[in-house]
Amino acid sequence: MIEDQFQRDPKPLKIANRTFKSRLFVGTGKFSSTKSMRDAIELSCTEMVTVALRRIDLTKPMEEEDIIASLDLTKIQLLPNTSGARDAEEAVRLARIAREMGGGNWIKLEVTPDPYYLLPDGKETLKATEILVKEGFVVLPYIQADPILAKQLQEAGAATVMPLGSPIGSNQGIRTKESIKIIIEQAEVPVVIDAGLGLPSHVAEAFEMGADAVLVNTAIAISVHSGYSAFSFALATLAGREAYLNGIYGNTNARTLELSYESNTWKKASASSPLTGFLDEENR
Amino acid sequence: MQEKEFSHYIQNYPFKEVQQRIYYLNEEKNHTQKTIERIIEKTYQDEHIRWDEFLYLLTKPALDYIEELAQIAQRITRKRFGKTVLLYAPLYLSNECKSICTYCGFRYDNPIKRKTLTVEEAIQEAMILHSQGIRHILLLTGEDYRNTPISYIGEVAEKLQRHFSSIGIEIYPLKQNEYEYLRTKGVDSLTIYQETYDPERYREVHLQGVKRRMEFRLNCPDRAGKAGLRRIGIGALLGLSDPQTEVAMVGLHAQYLQKRYWKTQITVSLPRLRPAENIKNVPLISDSLYALFFIALRIFLPDVSLILSTRESPRFRDNMIPICITQISAGSKTEPGGYSGYDTTEQFHISDTRSVADIVNMLKQKDLDPVFTDWVYVMK
Repeated sequence: MIEDQFQRDPKPLKIANRTFKSRLFVGTGKFSSTKSMRDAIELSCTEMVTVALRRIDLTKPMEEEDIIASLDLTKIQLLPNTSGARDAEEAVRLARIAREMGGGNWIKLEVTPDPYYLLPDGKETLKATEILVKEGFVVLPYIQADPILAKQLQEAGAATVMPLGSPIGSNQGIRTKESIKIIIEQAEVPVVIDAGLGLPSHVAEAFEMGADAVLVNTAIAISVHSGYSAFSFALATLAGREAYLNGIYGNTNARTLELSYESNTWKKASASSPLTGFLDEENR
Repeated sequence: MQEKEFSHYIQNYPFKEVQQRIYYLNEEKNHTQKTIERIIEKTYQDEHIRWDEFLYLLTKPALDYIEELAQIAQRITRKRFGKTVLLYAPLYLSNECKSICTYCGFRYDNPIKRKTLTVEEAIQEAMILHSQGIRHILLLTGEDYRNTPISYIGEVAEKLQRHFSSIGIEIYPLKQNEYEYLRTKGVDSLTIYQETYDPERYREVHLQGVKRRMEFRLNCPDRAGKAGLRRIGIGALLGLSDPQTEVAMVGLHAQYLQKRYWKTQITVSLPRLRPAENIKNVPLISDSLYALFFIALRIFLPDVSLILSTRESPRFRDNMIPICITQISAGSKTEPGGYSGYDTTEQFHISDTRSVADIVNMLKQKDLDPVFTDWVYVMK
């Protein structure tokens, strides 16, 4: 049903030599189980899934890996990522190993020297992109919302640019809006907003702004029902894209919304299922 | 001006003064609780809390808020780490030791069954762990520079590199160039517990050996950070001095390391003293206060990986892990050759003796994903 809606798009998304109906890309980290990850992938209707190479045993063929084995690769483009790489050299080595182990030649380039905010290092990302493009990789680099860097990456042959909305896993939405607008205005390759999208409304906003695709991981993975949550992001993808195509501009100043995890534990601790009940009896 | 190393930095925070401050907060219940409520408000605004605010969360008056703080800690943990828990296993290469530490079963003057594994035996032990799915391994020794030299550690690491995603060491303190050497052999992480941050107690419990040099040990994580290791684990052995103050100092140390060695992941563990060979009179730290320490650390340092030892009971671990723990060992043995069934003396007594498979099942029941691989050998 929802796949049919994706079909309506008059300008399907094209990256390198592949066409995508769905503009929602999904990450595979932080899920509680392979099952909840599978639910999310299925209900999101995504056609592009990114997998962290550091989470994979790279000494054996990739199709033997749980995460990969559970993906229908006839429908889904596998996008290995280099998260954890601290410089161009490490990222390039990871990409090569991924290709050798059967991960294909698409690579989401993440060069993140600081392990906390995981912010991308533009200089090293550009260097790695130049090398990998020459070696025949389809490179999707994760970057700061830096319009000049986006241009340089396009010149170096990147297949897309993936500016961040806000730091990975922060769920803060699009805090780099003005810069991303410039990137969208100037880009000659698809612009994928990646990182920090915590609510369906953030995703809708990304498409209203004219983004070509979004990548969501944490918000789906840590929600109570990953599957339904992924579905809500798919709906938001459709809504935002339709709005953009049909010129609904409105006032898209994002309001920051209070996230409410797990039935409002935000507000006050709920007495019904206390986390620390086990401490009532001291038994040492 | 940047302080040279942690031993210089810590001079601004004398243990006794921090202890007095915490004592005051324990006594001044009204003031402390009002401030805790303000701190809780701050966390709802997604604001980071400062170290001086962190002290309030370690106090006895904070116990009245433990449930709410646990909910906050859980929310932060989910956001920063997702629903995952990283599994690893220790591999004791040796229980030979030249130091005398009053709290440890390996102490030099203890007449125990000593053994240092040969390289072949070490590989054999490691492959038993490998067959259980373990890919993050931690190599441990006592404090014996001669019987377990770094060339030996390096040789073991080099042979294991192909089989394991991550190789850590928990051995005697080294110099920077020695960490650099071990990095070339495939070691990517270091664990080194200060045991106690209280200089007076440090002198009292470390009677002999290199371990007596408190400053050399204190700056060990600095040297590893400069050498470019990817993960550094620190901690205090709770029960040697005032536990609240120890945790305050561990928090300070972790925050300092995060800022200074910004490319390195910091992990924190807070082992409680357990009975071991010839160790009696273990002081009591209540479960509630102990749980509070982890919860407070999580709120203070959202990105630090928190480890809960197999010294703790299955029940305590099972309940704490979903709140804020992100890394645990499973199926552990604390004696050299333990996985192969050698009869040697363990360092301390394990309370959670469940197998890797049992731990995996427990995590799955808690809706958590056991992660075996979170590293790649090319990223050493």
